[in-house]
Amino acid sequence: MTVLIPVIIPLSAIVLLIATRRWLIAQYIISMISMTVLVINALSLLTTLQLKGYLTYQASGWPAPFGITLIADQFSAIMLLAVAVVGWLVMMYAIGFVDAARKKAGFFILVQGLFAGVNGALVTGDLFNLYVWFEVMIMASFVLITHGAEKQQLRGAVKYVVLNLIGSVFLVSTIGLVYSKTGTLNMAQLAMMIQQQDVSELMNSYLMLFFIAFGIKAAVFPFFFWLPASYPTPPIAITAFFSATLTKVGVYTIIRFYSLYVDHDGFAWKEIILWMAAATMIFGVLMAASSFDFRKILSFHIISQIGYMIMGLGIFTINSLAGAVFFVVHNMFSKTAAFMAAGLVYKLRGTYELKDSGWVYKDKPLFALLFFLPALSLAGLPPTSGFFGKLFLILAGFESEDWAITITALVVSIFTLFSMVKIWNEVYWKKPAEHTVLSHQPVKVNLLPVAATVAIVLLMLLPGVFAGSLFGYFSRAAAQLMDVESYIKAVFP
Amino acid sequence: MEVFIALIIGFLYGASVYMFLRRSIVKLVLGIIFLSHATNLLLFSTGGFLRGSPPFVDEVGSDASLPVADPLPQALVLTALVISLGVTAFSLVLIYRFYKETGSVDLDELAQMEKK
Repeated sequence: MTVLIPVIIPLSAIVLLIATRRWLIAQYIISMISMTVLVINALSLLTTLQLKGYLTYQASGWPAPFGITLIADQFSAIMLLAVAVVGWLVMMYAIGFVDAARKKAGFFILVQGLFAGVNGALVTGDLFNLYVWFEVMIMASFVLITHGAEKQQLRGAVKYVVLNLIGSVFLVSTIGLVYSKTGTLNMAQLAMMIQQQDVSELMNSYLMLFFIAFGIKAAVFPFFFWLPASYPTPPIAITAFFSATLTKVGVYTIIRFYSLYVDHDGFAWKEIILWMAAATMIFGVLMAASSFDFRKILSFHIISQIGYMIMGLGIFTINSLAGAVFFVVHNMFSKTAAFMAAGLVYKLRGTYELKDSGWVYKDKPLFALLFFLPALSLAGLPPTSGFFGKLFLILAGFESEDWAITITALVVSIFTLFSMVKIWNEVYWKKPAEHTVLSHQPVKVNLLPVAATVAIVLLMLLPGVFAGSLFGYFSRAAAQLMDVESYIKAVFP
Repeated sequence: MEVFIALIIGFLYGASVYMFLRRSIVKLVLGIIFLSHATNLLLFSTGGFLRGSPPFVDEVGSDASLPVADPLPQALVLTALVISLGVTAFSLVLIYRFYKETGSVDLDELAQMEKK
């Protein structure tokens, strides 16, 4: 049952939220309770999984290939916990940040819908069910990204909607093709068929289609164009939700499918994945270096860091996979923290343009610190979590002697630092240009967003402090990911 | 039947790509509609077309030799249809709001507005 709760809770929260949509206080309370239950459930799932390895739930008691299977292993539990914790904090931030008109127009309902989709995609063991959860997730995100219908939001949304729809179409047509060829929709049974019969040649073309679909979701090169067009447009609390969930679920499914289905000795999968990783890193970081808007720089950086995660997957040793998982978790916290800090600056200065801003450090040292730490973490300076994330990946790269990608990762890091320094100089340190008028009245920034940002920055530092033990834990999750046999056994006992 | 359906699917995919490459966002939405229709037909056809065969066997299993139709793709296509209905409705509202806000349905004009 614990596997079902991450899906059931947001869905029932939606029902309650619709019933109480006129009372904002009730909306806050229900949303926070829902997120709290998700965090607690993810924690209990994590402890159970340490003993049992896998938790499965067959919907309505139908045995495996006939019903819908829900399955959680350690990797999905880690993701569930990270999504829930970050979601909890961003929810707190959003309560204090999003304007009342948006809140009254169903903001909280949509966010719960987003989380239902994300959690569903993380625990499902069925291909078509995965598509349905993806659809739940992107429908919620469609409405969130256009929520409020400002001009720039609508412009971004056109690209976002079309490209994500094409991704979904790729996904569902591939699922249909796989079903017509193999007669199964169960992920474990498909893995079993690939092992028992020699269908790997056939699977390569399907897997390529799957990776295109998930690549669009995860914003991997060359499918990332929707992300920089749309992420910087909605209120930053929504962007923070997205940065913690959407692309990371794409990465999760890429990792899951790659470890379950790819024949690692056959076709040049490793080369393809590593090339894509390198290109994703480089393009993301170069575009970030060339833009001058706080949110745009951070959005481009999401792309660049997706590249690191894909790099860990491409090398495909236990160490590199563990590094990739570590990096995903680190990125969910650090990137979201950076977005939240950017939002605080926006409240203070009223703009995201770097050139119109300045002197935040002088006016609000706390805000500067709240950006400084995530920025260090994103650039990968010790002792933050970003340093260890990159360290594990680069060590794994050297171990498996994939020099080119490892050196690319190192060089890209320097550019990341460059962008972070650029933001720091322009927004926090620079004396504002003379023509810009900074309001010198004390700006009222709600306490709740500040508290949430402080909390997420502190939490973000924890993986850096406990990097060793966390890495040990993630290695076990990675070993479990590579062990396809026991995944199949968990579904077909 | 298979050839006929395959041709229709192919034609719809082609039409949707053509519509996506046009400049007007109204045609973009038409492209979305064609794309989802093509995909639904593709899903529908995955079970194969068996004329006159029921999707179940009777209790005694007397007709075990007869081919059994696969009912699952139809369940899948129902789900996919509902989803594409929602997506189409959303994109229609989106272009309507887009037109009201920007006064234009042309993607090139939009790109020029972005540059300004």
